[in-house]
Amino acid sequence: MIEFIEASVTASGIDGERTIIHPLTLRLREPRIALIGGNGSGKSTIARLCNGLVLPAQGRVLVSPPGSDLTLEPARDGAAVRRHVGFVFTNPAAQLVMPTALEDVALSLRRKIRDRGERDAAARAVLDRFGIADLAERSVHALSGGQQQLLALASVLAADPAILIADEPTTLLDLRNSRMISEVLCSLPQQLIVATHDLDLAARCDRVLVIDGGRVIRDSSSPGAGGQREVIEWYREQA
Amino acid sequence: MTRGLLRPLHLLPPGIKLMGLLAFGIATMVIPGWIPAIVALSIAAALALLSGLGMPRTLRIVLGFALVGAPLFVFQLWRDGVFTAIEIVADLLALILAASAVTASTTASELLETLSRAARPLRHFGVSPERVALACSLAIRSIPLARTVAQETLEAARARGLERSPRAFAAPYAVRMIAHAQDTGAALHARGLGDD
Repeated sequence: MIEFIEASVTASGIDGERTIIHPLTLRLREPRIALIGGNGSGKSTIARLCNGLVLPAQGRVLVSPPGSDLTLEPARDGAAVRRHVGFVFTNPAAQLVMPTALEDVALSLRRKIRDRGERDAAARAVLDRFGIADLAERSVHALSGGQQQLLALASVLAADPAILIADEPTTLLDLRNSRMISEVLCSLPQQLIVATHDLDLAARCDRVLVIDGGRVIRDSSSPGAGGQREVIEWYREQA
Repeated sequence: MTRGLLRPLHLLPPGIKLMGLLAFGIATMVIPGWIPAIVALSIAAALALLSGLGMPRTLRIVLGFALVGAPLFVFQLWRDGVFTAIEIVADLLALILAASAVTASTTASELLETLSRAARPLRHFGVSPERVALACSLAIRSIPLARTVAQETLEAARARGLERSPRAFAAPYAVRMIAHAQDTGAALHARGLGDD
């Protein structure tokens, strides 16, 4: 579960302080949660608050990985939070850091498995689980967008996080690949929090939050909201 | 097993290969004369073929070198005569082929592991060997990416009829590469690399 307690984010620019996220209090405990909203609405920032890529200016964020009784605070326990909370970015090219697919997955396993032979075997097993074992020796640069995103996902999940945050994971993909990535995301045992423009993906989630101007303006789980479909329908009409 | 039999260079520890490359480079540069240069070139060519580079890729390397090598040969021929020209061009090509043989027969992660082991004594001076290795791998990974971004930027400039303006290329290229570096930094951070 991830909990926001009056958490706000501000940025300072030439015209002074600007509020990006207004004080936000929220409990994210459903298995799959979608954040939807326009460009610049603040949904990426909320996603980044979950794993400490962005820290709140005021208030707190608390991370309680499912299956453990830990309560972590990104501002204080950065490294531990990053171990428990995986993050998938929009552009897979930026997050694949090693020259080949196998090496990129192996990099995530570096801390867990010291022996190189074992580590490579484990990395191969991860690739196999995602159906991309045949890409092991390929240059990450030579992969298609869909393959890159699948590999980025595999690399993040290889570290076995309890919670996965994804920031517009399907935005750069074609229809077939974005369906494939959605399918994989929705079949994971991890708790999933996904910021997305893909309303089909949002519809498959257990809870939908609409973000606008740095605030949550609709929440499918609040009384009277009517559920995910109604919230998505409402968002569609607004747009 | 068959891989080992066909490609003996792959079986050598990367540290030995790097040291060998260093020794080969020094020997090539120190020993004078065009005959040793030809011998060095033959050894390097054999190593390149043995490393699994294969004929087509080896030839491509040689052709790429010819762009620089041919004018250099002509210049040396005019200045110092044919033997010096042969020596210098053969030495250079030998070094390039030998280095290619090492990179072709070593995976990036093997190189990284060797680098991080070699950097281990630097720990006492506050250098993290893991970070040295990671920085090197990022550099390797960024080469094809920098080329793609350059191509895209050039196309964008061309689409607006600005292909002759160096500014229409350089400024957006720099901005995009920096943006990319920032994204990569965020991704490294999120993956917990550098936490240990």
